[in-house]
Amino acid sequence: MSEARNPDTVSAQLLRRAAPARADFEDLVIVPVLAVIAALALGALIMLATGVSLPTIGRSFAALFIGSVGSLNAVSETLTSAAPLTLAGLGIALGFRAGLFNIGAEGQVIVGGLAAAIVGFSFSGLPAAIHLPLALAAGALVGALWAAIAGWLRASTGAHEVITTIMLNLIAVKLLDYMLRMPWVQREGRADPISKSVLPSAELPRLFDWIDPTLRVHAGIAVVLLAVLFVWWLLFRSTVGFEFRAAGLNPDAARYAGMRSGLIIVLVMALAGALAGLAGANQLLGVLGRASPNFSGGVGFDAIAVALLGRSHPVGVLLAGLLFGALQAGGRQMQVSAGVSLDLIAIIQALIIIFIAAPILMRAVFSFAFHKPTGR
Amino acid sequence: MAVTDTSPAAAGSARRRQTLVTGWLLLALSLFVAFVFALPVEGNASFRLAFPGDAFTVSNLVVPAAPYAWVVAAVLAFFGVRQFLPGAARWSGLLLGIGLLLVVTAFLTWATAGKSFSLTGMLQATIVRAVPIALGGLAGVLSERVAVVNIAIEGMLLAGAFTGAVVGSLLGGPGGLIAAVLVGGAFGLLLAALVVTYRVDQIIAGVAINLLVLGLTSYVSSQVLTQYRSLNNAPVFKAINIPYLSDLPVIGPVLFQHNIFVYGALIMVAIATYYLFYTASGLRARAVGEHPEAADTLGINVYRLRYINVTLGGMAAGFGGAWFTLGSVGRFDENMTNGRGFIGLAAMIFGRWHPVGALMAALVFGFADSLQQKLAILRTPIPAEFLAMAPYIATIVLVAGLVGRARMPAADGKPYIKE
Repeated sequence: MSEARNPDTVSAQLLRRAAPARADFEDLVIVPVLAVIAALALGALIMLATGVSLPTIGRSFAALFIGSVGSLNAVSETLTSAAPLTLAGLGIALGFRAGLFNIGAEGQVIVGGLAAAIVGFSFSGLPAAIHLPLALAAGALVGALWAAIAGWLRASTGAHEVITTIMLNLIAVKLLDYMLRMPWVQREGRADPISKSVLPSAELPRLFDWIDPTLRVHAGIAVVLLAVLFVWWLLFRSTVGFEFRAAGLNPDAARYAGMRSGLIIVLVMALAGALAGLAGANQLLGVLGRASPNFSGGVGFDAIAVALLGRSHPVGVLLAGLLFGALQAGGRQMQVSAGVSLDLIAIIQALIIIFIAAPILMRAVFSFAFHKPTGR
Repeated sequence: MAVTDTSPAAAGSARRRQTLVTGWLLLALSLFVAFVFALPVEGNASFRLAFPGDAFTVSNLVVPAAPYAWVVAAVLAFFGVRQFLPGAARWSGLLLGIGLLLVVTAFLTWATAGKSFSLTGMLQATIVRAVPIALGGLAGVLSERVAVVNIAIEGMLLAGAFTGAVVGSLLGGPGGLIAAVLVGGAFGLLLAALVVTYRVDQIIAGVAINLLVLGLTSYVSSQVLTQYRSLNNAPVFKAINIPYLSDLPVIGPVLFQHNIFVYGALIMVAIATYYLFYTASGLRARAVGEHPEAADTLGINVYRLRYINVTLGGMAAGFGGAWFTLGSVGRFDENMTNGRGFIGLAAMIFGRWHPVGALMAALVFGFADSLQQKLAILRTPIPAEFLAMAPYIATIVLVAGLVGRARMPAADGKPYIKE
């Protein structure tokens, strides 16, 4: 399936050869911007179709805007929602770069978050300077091991990573359900599946609670920025990253050049899993404080959209993560103040992926925004 | 897929290795059965075969648990040793299959020892629960045979379930079923349009459709259905007893006392098998999946066949999705398919891209599903979560082990761009 990964089309390739800067600009800026606009417009149509009145639609979009960037608290909410999306999105982007489709971020987020929670409540008496990094590292390590299973199976038997990561997702959900009922994990005196609370020494500290105690943005955003820098350095400044990209662009050529394709696959999956596990740890230690069923809330699937929207570039993923974080934060505000269900945001996100992945469609619909395609 | 060495020598050594692995696996299973199922157990397992009020009554099947487990362990040990003797490769797959089946029966007698358990009821539930998985697998077979990877089965099932509930509430069961099939087909058409005409990466298109359907159905469900509850109250199709056959002991309730979805799934699998392997257009479709350039050269319209087959697959998945609402509970809940479409995808791979194979694999998953449900009654020491994981782990093991032997359509996943 490796040859089919390149979503570029013949016309786009010709255009790129003819006018590289212009094609890059169209691909990197115009297509995503138009995709977001088209998805929002279709979202409005869907609201209209389900009997939401025009003034309410107006109020929803206003709420979407105010709830995402309209106030200090809104910005804090956007950053808080963006952090796990960006981390998991970076992992998926790394996979894309190496030609691997890692649908398993959701499962990796779950096991990573669970591991971070267990470390977070198990070791009392540690100073925060040791406990917090330990909990984060546990999340990253367990996520990496979980994803490496799929990588190892792909490398050794050829089992396709799409199937194995989907199965690992489903297994992770059941594993979480099981672990949350273990007596050493479950909170004392509770019959429902919920874990003990993370100790304060393992919590990601809130950054701006001295301004307003309701600001939830936490030190996890520093982890996110470090991860963006690390992935950028890895992909574009290191030998290993060069091998990743070479394996993704042309696996046969990479193998003939002496790169060990099996090792690359396992390594990429492990790194992707580490980033997704870090996303789970980030969410548990910074926001939730304890594990419960469905605590991941589909972050791993939204992260696929983030990686696609960000064109698998670390900086692009960061921007896409911020956009999706803004959509989620704004969506919550929309649900509260306009009474429109948060699920609308899921629709808009799915439409954004479809439009981004189909540049031909965007060029056909919004032909005015693009340079006339050369060739056919 | 990974490049595989196809020379006879390499194939032979890979096969030998596989046979040896199978041998060790069987020996390990034999020890497991001996120590876990045979040693600590006593008493008889009593399986109820008849329901109260059946036309013919059959006495219970009583199995002494410990002796049965010892017999199974001995047979497994024999199968295992057989793998290390010359000429084993030919039978290794079959013996592993029989061995696993025996382990399941030993597990059942162990779990039932000293109690009684309705075997007929469990087999009946197996068939019912296999329906959406088999139809999802069929949707996968139809589209992958024309080289379109269908990750969107989950979304198509969910769309069928939702449409069945809403239209079924308005127009009654048959109307809801037809609408579900049409909407499933519409999402098949959307997938075909995205991957064939707009050349979106097939996996990305599938993931996007899954997210879109999940978003749409959840949105409408929480925005509209919570206000107008009458829109989410569909009639459920009643069981149709096939005359005479349904009176047979054991076989009657297991096979011939079901609603339209079970019979429909069986008929659709039969039609799909006939279409794909015994008609000219089926041959053309398979040619498109194996070598689209050659098919195109022979005047076959590659794009049109991909559109038709993927849409047909979507319709099958829509029918399967309607089972969730019109075939069982009559109301839609958010994300009620709960990963069953992905299991259908796995069933397709188990079934080696063949409709009947997908049906058989779906029965295995349906069995695991109903076993998990019924074991809650027997109160075994095994946590329910691990039983729920078992089919997923089995899928991973089989996908990893089968790739060498089962071959997917050669052009699977690749877009075709007409020169």
